[in-house]
Amino acid sequence: MALSASQLNVGDSYSEQIVDDLTRTQIVQYAGASGDYNPVHTDEKFVTEVAGYPTVFAHGMLTMGMTGRMVTNFVGDGRLTYYGVRFTSQVWPGDTLTAKAEVADIRDEDGQKLVDLTITTTNQDDRPVLTGQATARLDD
Amino acid sequence: MAVERFPVEASHILMFARSIGDTNPIYSDPEYAAGTEVGSIIAPPTFAQSSAQFDPDYFLRPKPDKKWFGSGRTASGTLVRDLSEADGDDVADEREDDKQSGAAAGGLHAEQHFTYHRHLKPGDVLHTVTYDGERWEKQSKRAGILKFSEAVTEYRDEDDELVITAKGVGVVTEKVIDN
Repeated sequence: MALSASQLNVGDSYSEQIVDDLTRTQIVQYAGASGDYNPVHTDEKFVTEVAGYPTVFAHGMLTMGMTGRMVTNFVGDGRLTYYGVRFTSQVWPGDTLTAKAEVADIRDEDGQKLVDLTITTTNQDDRPVLTGQATARLDD
Repeated sequence: MAVERFPVEASHILMFARSIGDTNPIYSDPEYAAGTEVGSIIAPPTFAQSSAQFDPDYFLRPKPDKKWFGSGRTASGTLVRDLSEADGDDVADEREDDKQSGAAAGGLHAEQHFTYHRHLKPGDVLHTVTYDGERWEKQSKRAGILKFSEAVTEYRDEDDELVITAKGVGVVTEKVIDN
């Protein structure tokens, strides 16, 4: 379902809980699908004894992927023209994340209506783990 | 890092969508997808990153003929283990020498941006061109000196048309960040 410019206002927002109690297994699943086998994400022994972290942590791209699901659920499939994020804090097993998109601007570019979104994903402590922007095509 | 052939396949899209917990049938059901605006299965927005699967030299994938820096009999199979026991100056030098063997995995992903010229679908066969972008340093209380580097990757199709432009920013931190 695509969004219509006529039904959207600056300040409108949409949010979803994108993961509840993130599992190490899902991180492994993402490693396999994406091809990023960095052991800091999956190898408890390596990450604690060599890399010096308290435990494994999620790929930033897993958080970006799960957040992208919220974005496409909001704007519709095949509508994104831009999606960019900054990873602001690590995501750990057991985290519960909520992703939110807020309408920052609705504009017209060569006759095509576009929406600019501000995106924030926070963990269970309300700490932002990802911030970003997206732009999507709208119906009139 | 260039990928010469990145075939976009339905099974890979399905696996990728599952890994991000996305059950949208646009990623798995050709009949459903045929009835939508896009008209076929497409790939999720961050799927392009999995082109790593098709980079023969990708350093974050174990290879049968090379030592892997993850744990086996010991906590790390490579030099990284020795680095953790070495003095500061040596670590910096050896880190520079050891990028390929995995010491560079001390780097973290700071930013990722995708510009979509169109969306990927099964049957696309892409190739990539990557070039270095800006480099900069920042001082941080939590992590010491942060060294940022930017890489821009163009995903092009068989007609050499630009499909996705990706920009990644990596950061190497002086100290471990554990929040």
